[in-house]
Amino acid sequence: MSRINNKEPLIRVVKKAEISGFSLAILSVVSIVVAFVAGGIFFSMLGINPLSAYAKIFAGAFKGKIAIIATVKIAVPLLITSLGITLAFKMQFWNIGAEGQIIMGAICASYFALFHSDMPHIPLIITMFAAGIIGGGLWGLIPAFFKCKFNTNETLFTLMLNYIALYLIIYFKEGPWRDPSSGGFPKIATFVENARLDKLLGVHIGWVIALVLVAAVYIYLKYTKQGYEISVVGESKNTARYAGMNVDKIVMRTMFLSGAICGIAGMTQATGAAYTLSDGIAGGVGFTAIIVAWLSRLNAVMCIFVTLLLSVLDKGGSVMQSAFSVPTYVSEVLKGIILFVILGFDFFIQYKVVIRREKKS
Amino acid sequence: MCEETKVNENGDVAIKLNNITKIFGSTVANDSINLSARQGEILALLGENGSGKTTLMNILAGIYLPDAGSIEIFGKKVHIRSPKDAINLGIGMIHQHFKLVDVHSAADNIIMGNKSEGIILKKKRYKEILEISEKYGLNVEPRKKIYDMSVSEKQTVEILKMLYRKAKILILDEPTAVLTPQESKNLFNILRKMRDNGCTVIIITHKLNEVLEISDKVAILRKGKSIATVKTSETDALKLTELMVGKKVTLSIERPISEHKGNLLEIHHLTTENDEGVKTLKDVSFSLNKGEILGVAGVAGSGQKELCETIAGLMKVKKGAILYKKENIIGKSPEEIIKMGISMSFIPEDRLGMGLVASMGMADNLLLKRYKNGKTPFVEKKEARKLSYELIEKLGIKTPGIDTPVRQLSGGNVQKVLLGREIESAPNVLITAYAVRGLDINSSYIVYDNLNEQKKKGTGILYIGEDLDVMIELCDRIMVLCHGKVTGIVDAKDATKEQIGLLMTDAFGKEEDDDEQD
Repeated sequence: MSRINNKEPLIRVVKKAEISGFSLAILSVVSIVVAFVAGGIFFSMLGINPLSAYAKIFAGAFKGKIAIIATVKIAVPLLITSLGITLAFKMQFWNIGAEGQIIMGAICASYFALFHSDMPHIPLIITMFAAGIIGGGLWGLIPAFFKCKFNTNETLFTLMLNYIALYLIIYFKEGPWRDPSSGGFPKIATFVENARLDKLLGVHIGWVIALVLVAAVYIYLKYTKQGYEISVVGESKNTARYAGMNVDKIVMRTMFLSGAICGIAGMTQATGAAYTLSDGIAGGVGFTAIIVAWLSRLNAVMCIFVTLLLSVLDKGGSVMQSAFSVPTYVSEVLKGIILFVILGFDFFIQYKVVIRREKKS
Repeated sequence: MCEETKVNENGDVAIKLNNITKIFGSTVANDSINLSARQGEILALLGENGSGKTTLMNILAGIYLPDAGSIEIFGKKVHIRSPKDAINLGIGMIHQHFKLVDVHSAADNIIMGNKSEGIILKKKRYKEILEISEKYGLNVEPRKKIYDMSVSEKQTVEILKMLYRKAKILILDEPTAVLTPQESKNLFNILRKMRDNGCTVIIITHKLNEVLEISDKVAILRKGKSIATVKTSETDALKLTELMVGKKVTLSIERPISEHKGNLLEIHHLTTENDEGVKTLKDVSFSLNKGEILGVAGVAGSGQKELCETIAGLMKVKKGAILYKKENIIGKSPEEIIKMGISMSFIPEDRLGMGLVASMGMADNLLLKRYKNGKTPFVEKKEARKLSYELIEKLGIKTPGIDTPVRQLSGGNVQKVLLGREIESAPNVLITAYAVRGLDINSSYIVYDNLNEQKKKGTGILYIGEDLDVMIELCDRIMVLCHGKVTGIVDAKDATKEQIGLLMTDAFGKEEDDDEQD
C-alpha cells in the first residue's frame, strides 16, 4: 500500500478501434503463418524436418484422386454443419448441439433408406433429404422453444440433447432396427444401392449440396429480411423488441433452420459416405464445426476455406504415421497447436500491446 | 450552513494535469489537456458530449492510463496505474452507476476493500462512520441495507465511502442526473462542506445552472482540448455555452401554440405489475392531445419505463385501457401498434441497447422499423441509404460514413440517428424518454426544435424528461409520477420547479407526508 508508484507499467494492453477489412485479412494470414511456424517447431522437436512434414501432409491430402476424394469427404459434413452453427451463432444462440442435430437428421433419413428403399430413386432421395431437415430441425427447435418459454440455458440444453440423440441410435441399433442378417452382432443394415446418394466427380453429391448451402446461407444472412432480424436479435434482444419484432418467433425459426442444416449433414453422411447408421455417424463433427464457424467469423464463404484447412490437416495428418513412424496423435497435436495459435490471434484483432517508451527526464 | 463561502485563493494545488493525451483507436479523446485544481475548491468540468470529460476523470481515477503527459498530485509527480493507486493518492470517483453491494449495509459497503486495518469490529465501524457523517453533515444510517435506500441515500453512501478512505479529491460524474431538485440542493450543501474542510471537488455536469450555483471555477473542454478555465463569479450561462460550443447560441426554448385540437391517446386506470407481482403503475389516467407535448416528470424508476412499454405493447397490462383514437390497443402486438402510428424512441441509460444496433451502421439502423417494406423476402437497402444521407443533411449528423458502426458515433449523433428515424416514420404519437440524456446543449436544442416541428404537424408527444427547467419551457402540460402513481398534472406555463419537485416526492400525498419540509 505504501509503495509509491512512479513507474509506468512496462507492457500494457490497449483496445483497438474497429479494425478495417484489409488489416483483418493481413492479421488472418499472419496468424496462419505463425500457426504453421509453431507447428514446425513442434516437428523439429520430434526430429522431423518441418518442411518435409508439411510437404507430406499436403501430398497426403491432395496427391492422387483417392486422396482428394477422401479429403473432400471429410470436408463435406464439416462445412454443412458449420453453416448451421453460423446461423445460430449469428443470433448469439450458443448451439453446441450440432452433434445431436446431425444424428437426428441421419436417423430420420435412415428410416426411409431402411424401410422404404423400394421407392423410385429420385423421390426417395428427396424424401430422405426432407426427413434429414425435419429431424435436425426439430432437434434444434426443442432447446429454442424452452429458451423462449422458460429461459433455459441453451448451451446446457443443446449439449444434453446430443447424448439423447446418441443413445437413440444405440437403441435402434440394438433394438428395432437391428440387422437380422448380421449374425447376432448389433448393427444396422447397410443401405441398398437405391438409397445411396449419387456421385458426381467421384464424390457423393453432398459437396454440391454444401456449396449451394454456402451461397444460400450467405445470401440469407446478408440480404434477406429474416437475416436482418437474426443480426438484430443477436446484437440486442431489447432493440429487436422495441422495433416490434417477435423475438421468440425469430429465435425458434432460426434454430429450426440451424438444426435443419445440421440434419442435412447427417443425411449426407449416412446416405453418401457411411451407407449405414452407426453411433459414430457424427463423430465429433458437430464440435469441430463450432471452431470452423468461429474462425470464419460467422462468414459462410470463409467457412469453405477454414473447412479445407482442417480437412487437409486431418487427411494429410493421417499419413504422418506411416511416413515418419510417429504415433497418430502427432497429427492431432499439430491440429491443436494450429487452432490454438489462430484462435489466440483473436486477441490481436481486438487489442494492441504498448510497450513503455524510454523517457527523457 | 454557510451559503456564501469565500473561494480559497491561497490553497495549494491539489491536482495538476500537464498535456494529458489519450487516444482510443482513431479517436483522440484527450488532446494534451492541462488542468489544475486547488485544495478547498469546487471545479466544474464542462463540455459537450465526446469532449473528453469522463475520459480525463477516468485517467485520474486510475481506470485508463494516459498515452502522454504527466499528473501531479499535491505537487508530486505520479503514475496512477490502477483505481487502487488512485485511492491511495486520495482520489475518489463517484460514477454515474453506483458501485455498491445491495445486500450489505451502508457500513459494510464503506469498509469493504480496506485491508489496512485488518478486522474491524462492527461496533467500531458504526462509530467511525457516524463520526465522519457528523463531520460533513451527511445523513446516513450505517446499519441500513443498500437495497432499502433511495438513490440519493446511495449516493451519500458513496461519498461517505470516499471520505472514509480519506479522499482529498472527490470526482463526481453527473451526480444530479438521478436526483430531485431538493436532493440536489442537499448534495450541494455536502459538497460545500467538503470544500470548506479542504477537499477538492471536481464535478462533471451538463446543467449550466448547477455549474453556476456550486462551482468556484469552471474548466471547459471542447473536442478533447482544454479551452479555458474561468472563475464562476466572472461568467454566466451564455458565456459558458459559447466557450463550450465555440460559437454563439441562444438559450431559449420555443413553445409554439398548436392549432390542432382533439384527443389522440387516452389512458384509463392503467395498472401494471412486474414479475414479482409488485404494482409498477397504479391507476394511471391521462390523455394526450394532438399537437401537444406532455411532459412526464418523476424520479428515475417511478414507472416511466412501464408507461412507455405498455403503450408500445411490450408489457402486459393488469388493468385499465389505452385508447388510441377511441380504439383500445391493449392486446395488440408491438408491430401492429407501430403500424397504427405510435412510435417510441426510448433512450435508456445505454442508448444503444434498446433503440439501435451498436455494431451496425446508420443505414442498417434506419432499416429497423422499415425493413419489412416491400414484398420480396429481401431487404431494400437502397431507400435506407438515401434516407441516411437526407438525415445527415437535415439534422447535421456527424459520421465518417453511413456504414460506420453507430457505436463509434458520439452520444449526440447517436441520438439524432434514433430520433431522426422515429420522426421519419411520421408517427401520430411519439414517445420519447430521456431524449436529451447526456447530450450537450447544441444537440439538445436540435432535439427540442425537432420535437416542436412534430408538434406543429399535430403529433402528440409524450416527453419523459429529467431536466425540470427544460420541461417547464418546452412542454404544454407536465404530469408527475411518483411510485407509479400520478401525483399531479400541471400546466407548464404556471408551474414552478419547486411545485413539481414536491409532487415528485409525493409531498401532497396521504401515504407518506412526514419528513418533507425542514
